[in-house]
Amino acid sequence: MSLLFYIVFDGLALGMLLFIITVGLSVTMGVMNFVNLAHGAFAMGGGYGLVLLVGQWGVGFMPSLVVVALVFFAVGAILETLLFRHFYTASPLTQVLMTIGIVYMSIAAITYFFGPLSAGFPIPEYLRGRVAIGEFGFPVYRAAIIVFGAVVAAMLYLVIDHTLVGAKVRAAVSNRHMAENAGVNVPALFSVLFGIGAALAAVGGALSIEIVGLTPSYALTFLVLVLLIVIIGGMGSIAGTLVASLVIGILDNAGKFLFPQAGAFLIYLLAFAILLWKPRGLLPGASAH
Amino acid sequence: MTRMKRNFSGDEGPFWAFLPVYAAAAIWYFAFPTQLHLGTAVMIMVIFAMSIDMVLGFGGINTLGQAALYGAGAYAAGFLCVYAGWTEPATGLMVGAIAGAVVAAISGLLILRGDDLTVLALSIVVAGMLLEMANTFEGITGGFDGLRGIDMAPILGVFAFDLWGRTGFVWAAMVMFLVQLALWRIVASPFGVMMRGIRENPDRMATIGAPVLWRRLAIYTIGGAMAGIAGALQTQTAEFVSMDVLSFQVSATVLTVVIMGGLGRIYGAFVGAVIYVLFQDYMAKLAPQYWFFWLGLLFLLVAVFMQRGILDIALRIVARLRRGSA
Repeated sequence: MSLLFYIVFDGLALGMLLFIITVGLSVTMGVMNFVNLAHGAFAMGGGYGLVLLVGQWGVGFMPSLVVVALVFFAVGAILETLLFRHFYTASPLTQVLMTIGIVYMSIAAITYFFGPLSAGFPIPEYLRGRVAIGEFGFPVYRAAIIVFGAVVAAMLYLVIDHTLVGAKVRAAVSNRHMAENAGVNVPALFSVLFGIGAALAAVGGALSIEIVGLTPSYALTFLVLVLLIVIIGGMGSIAGTLVASLVIGILDNAGKFLFPQAGAFLIYLLAFAILLWKPRGLLPGASAH
Repeated sequence: MTRMKRNFSGDEGPFWAFLPVYAAAAIWYFAFPTQLHLGTAVMIMVIFAMSIDMVLGFGGINTLGQAALYGAGAYAAGFLCVYAGWTEPATGLMVGAIAGAVVAAISGLLILRGDDLTVLALSIVVAGMLLEMANTFEGITGGFDGLRGIDMAPILGVFAFDLWGRTGFVWAAMVMFLVQLALWRIVASPFGVMMRGIRENPDRMATIGAPVLWRRLAIYTIGGAMAGIAGALQTQTAEFVSMDVLSFQVSATVLTVVIMGGLGRIYGAFVGAVIYVLFQDYMAKLAPQYWFFWLGLLFLLVAVFMQRGILDIALRIVARLRRGSA
């Protein structure tokens, strides 16, 4: 019983991390029709940002997360404005080559500055250890991640479904030209959306070091998993991304505990089963195609 | 998505237009006897690039998982030697082709049902899954250490693979010729005409009764066989299979090679492969640990500035010069 509990609990934490990292890519692919394979590089950049701030400069954990989020919001918005925006109508292959080029360059740059070995930093005292509730001991760090992921999901839902900005986003998604004619500044909106996605990925990447580790190949290692989540969830669907992330997180964890021989295989089998059943993903979002 | 109307337009020219490629190979053979491995690498890349030409330039299928098919061929040829003890090279290539085709046919059923972006992402996922599989069953594949113990029998029982790569070079040239002939024939066939129609307007072709999914699956399978041959050839000439044959980098690289050379041009694969392999050889010797940076920069520059390929740029410059002189 308690094994099952820990499998689900750890799986939820991993799933929430995957959700925070992936949600921006799902929006980019579903809404802007842009395959940004460099999305994983944002997550890796966030991780190394924290290694630098907390590990080397001794800045506090929470302030560092905020700094990383702000920096990558700016990086994402600037990249979108200067480069990516001009490729929204290009062939997906062009987009892919360009962004994978950025991934390889960032891997080489990280190797140059931080070395090829795995990096990390001590998490603060108050996030270590366990809290006992009843017979179960909850690892504080993972519990905090689950709460944070839930808050992010709730905020995204509230903003998109219940605010004016959210209404503008939805309008831009369902009919870009009509929204522009009605006075919505779609390019600026997309820049901000892209920036938020990048910031979330950076924060998710930073939080994930403690659980999955960090090496310069991080951006490539997680690429396949992240793409899989986007497709299973349905491109452009935030709810779908959440469901797919949690399912994959829990399944991955269960696989490691129960069938260590099968490796990551379970996930792929599940993914193929889902896609045979629903080729457009579990909850296909309002996508632009 | 951008259309590729100029690619494989049906007037690819006579087959003897390929002659200079083989003349160049012959010159290389006698001029650089110490660099034959490099030449073999170029020709394997040309064959692999032609498989992308088939699937993408001709079939219009956006794939970024060609490593799955290449790797299937490479491992199949390796397994045949190591576990079945069958070391005859020609049948080894056939087994590689079959392995690539089978993987393409099975995975294609899943991949090709989606729209453009889904096809792209799923092709990456399939290759990722095979890589994971190779890693999981390391008892069979050798895992990170690679598959060793491959010892090919002489070609036709006469020409043994030698240390300088002379036999490998000629063998690769012969295989390249056959694959090129096959590509050229398929493009010009009635089947090829139907494929062009599907590439340019799938909805319209479906309306006039073309089985779009099955035709695309057929082209993907043929491309898989070509990629499998390239993989098997790599195994036979290197007498070793590295797990890297399934890596994402392989898929991205071959795509870059084709786009750089010019998608759907008969010389595209050749020009792209020569430039890429020489560039890699030079840069990787210069600073192996930062080779990724230059590879990434190459991808980026090709994507941003060379979407139609170097040949297209060269032809436009020639056209401008002619107009200038006239």
